[in-house]
Amino acid sequence: MDLPVIENAPAKSGGCSTGSCGSTASQMDGMPDDIRARVQDHPCYSEDAHHYFARMHVAVAPACNIQCHYCNRKYDCANESRPGVVSELLTPAQAVKKTLAVAATIPQMTVLGIAGPGDPLANPERTFETFRELAQKAPDIKLCVSTNGLSLPDHVEELAKHNIDHVTITINCVDPDVGAKIYPWIFWQNRRIHGREAAAILIERQQQGLEMLVAKGILVKVNSVLIPGVNDEHLKEVSKIVKAKGAFLHNVMPLIAEAEHGTFYGVMGQRSPNPAELKNLQDACEGDMNMMRHCRQCRADAVGLLGEDRGDEFTMDKIDAMDIDYEAAMAVRAEFRARATAELEAKREHKKNAAHAPQSPQAQVVQFMPRPQKPAQESAPAGRQVLMAVAAKGGLVAVHFGHAREFLVYEASANGVKFVGHRKADAYCGGDDTCGDAESTLDRTIKALQGCEVVLCSKIGYEPWGNLEAAGIQPNGEHAMEPIEEAVAAVWNEMLAAGKLAAAPAANKVA
Amino acid sequence: MALEIIESCVNCWACVPLCPNKAIYEAAPHFLIDADKCTECVGEFADAQCVAICPIEGAILDELGVALNPPGSLTGIPPERWAAAQAEIAAR
Repeated sequence: MDLPVIENAPAKSGGCSTGSCGSTASQMDGMPDDIRARVQDHPCYSEDAHHYFARMHVAVAPACNIQCHYCNRKYDCANESRPGVVSELLTPAQAVKKTLAVAATIPQMTVLGIAGPGDPLANPERTFETFRELAQKAPDIKLCVSTNGLSLPDHVEELAKHNIDHVTITINCVDPDVGAKIYPWIFWQNRRIHGREAAAILIERQQQGLEMLVAKGILVKVNSVLIPGVNDEHLKEVSKIVKAKGAFLHNVMPLIAEAEHGTFYGVMGQRSPNPAELKNLQDACEGDMNMMRHCRQCRADAVGLLGEDRGDEFTMDKIDAMDIDYEAAMAVRAEFRARATAELEAKREHKKNAAHAPQSPQAQVVQFMPRPQKPAQESAPAGRQVLMAVAAKGGLVAVHFGHAREFLVYEASANGVKFVGHRKADAYCGGDDTCGDAESTLDRTIKALQGCEVVLCSKIGYEPWGNLEAAGIQPNGEHAMEPIEEAVAAVWNEMLAAGKLAAAPAANKVA
Repeated sequence: MALEIIESCVNCWACVPLCPNKAIYEAAPHFLIDADKCTECVGEFADAQCVAICPIEGAILDELGVALNPPGSLTGIPPERWAAAQAEIAAR
């Protein structure tokens, strides 16, 4: 069996230089060159970039002009990682100071975003004062903003003026009847407006804002929260419409709803989608739109690479104690960026060459899934898709199962290996005793891996091995330190050779 | 005639720029309304602006001490449902 275009580049040091962690997914490849060039160092807009570059959010925007059923404005927990949660509200001056301190400590820092905890454009003075200062003091840092869209049309001119290249709009619906189930009210023209009327206004403003941004040449990503039974089917239409209007990336995120968050959905028992539902919807939208799969739904004060939050290192009291040479820091960043960009470019070139290589036995396309032992019959199935979870670091199967804070999920099939998402090892919470949760961390991790048939890690203990097997998930520690995609492909191939891929998967035995 | 902000205020700032009388000011542990300046927006707006944007039920009272955004009015969560959920969490 010949497998198309799977690269087999020698592993380079640093980053995910093997093309793993999702870069075989079509996200970047599907983008025109000019857009790719603009997002190649933005971790939230480019799957490739998020292994190299870091971002931070500054929580300068507390006010909001709408209510969403997945948000509770009272909530704050140091252990929580989800949008809208912060520990420390900053003034614009503090935000500038914090940004400069982080950028001096973490040379990967390329992007400063304002994402709340309310709506940045419902706090225009605080938001734009922060941008104005930073544009002067750290001109190499890209500025971006995330909004619910209600005030967006009023601020497009100013966003363009501040050279803000990227805007994210959260668009959960284009139909007011759907919107009425998501947004209980908006504040509009000095009145609180409820229900369908509120949703209709919000939708109109979002769409108008999207069109205005695109007309200005500003890149727009659309975020949508997938709410089962409310907007799940509808999001396919949302995806088509926002693409037609010029959004270049669509990020469908799973609803996070727990009673203890105090949100409408949490308290009313609205369930979150399971990973399979999320993936199915992303797959359904992918034919029409670039889909983002690497979003970690970070806090409005997150700092660092996606998936790692270093916010604790940069509380205001710690920053006040730092001694920083801003000029030198900017030079270090420039040097890092040049190096990382060159590596990314090389990786992309390699992939392009591989994709265009002739399909001959001597082609540069490397087959690392050998042909099956027995000659495949014409009618024989090529082997079904398998989801595998990987405890990864730097593009390699490099993390001990018990130390993994998240798992990358890959879909292996006869068509190759594709990044399709990630699972938190310990869903959404530090999960210590104070959360009153009787389940063990291991139980929760196994539950989070639902749908995966294999978990690859560098090492694994005796107890979790047994529990994983009992749950119908095969642990595999035989590919330690190998590039992820090669390891996943090798395991898939072993399963194929062992005849495990003809039938439907044995259902996971997790609740 | 004046409104009052009480301790359930989460200091989100939403009301501050809306007040036509600049009656709302930052204070610890939460924002306060200067009773001498507050007009409840009478003559300025159909609804008191702080009340119309405040996201927290019960955080703003009228001069009789009545919550102007009563429980359930903003979140849509029926108060008995909220109480049941809290009881369930406490029992875990």
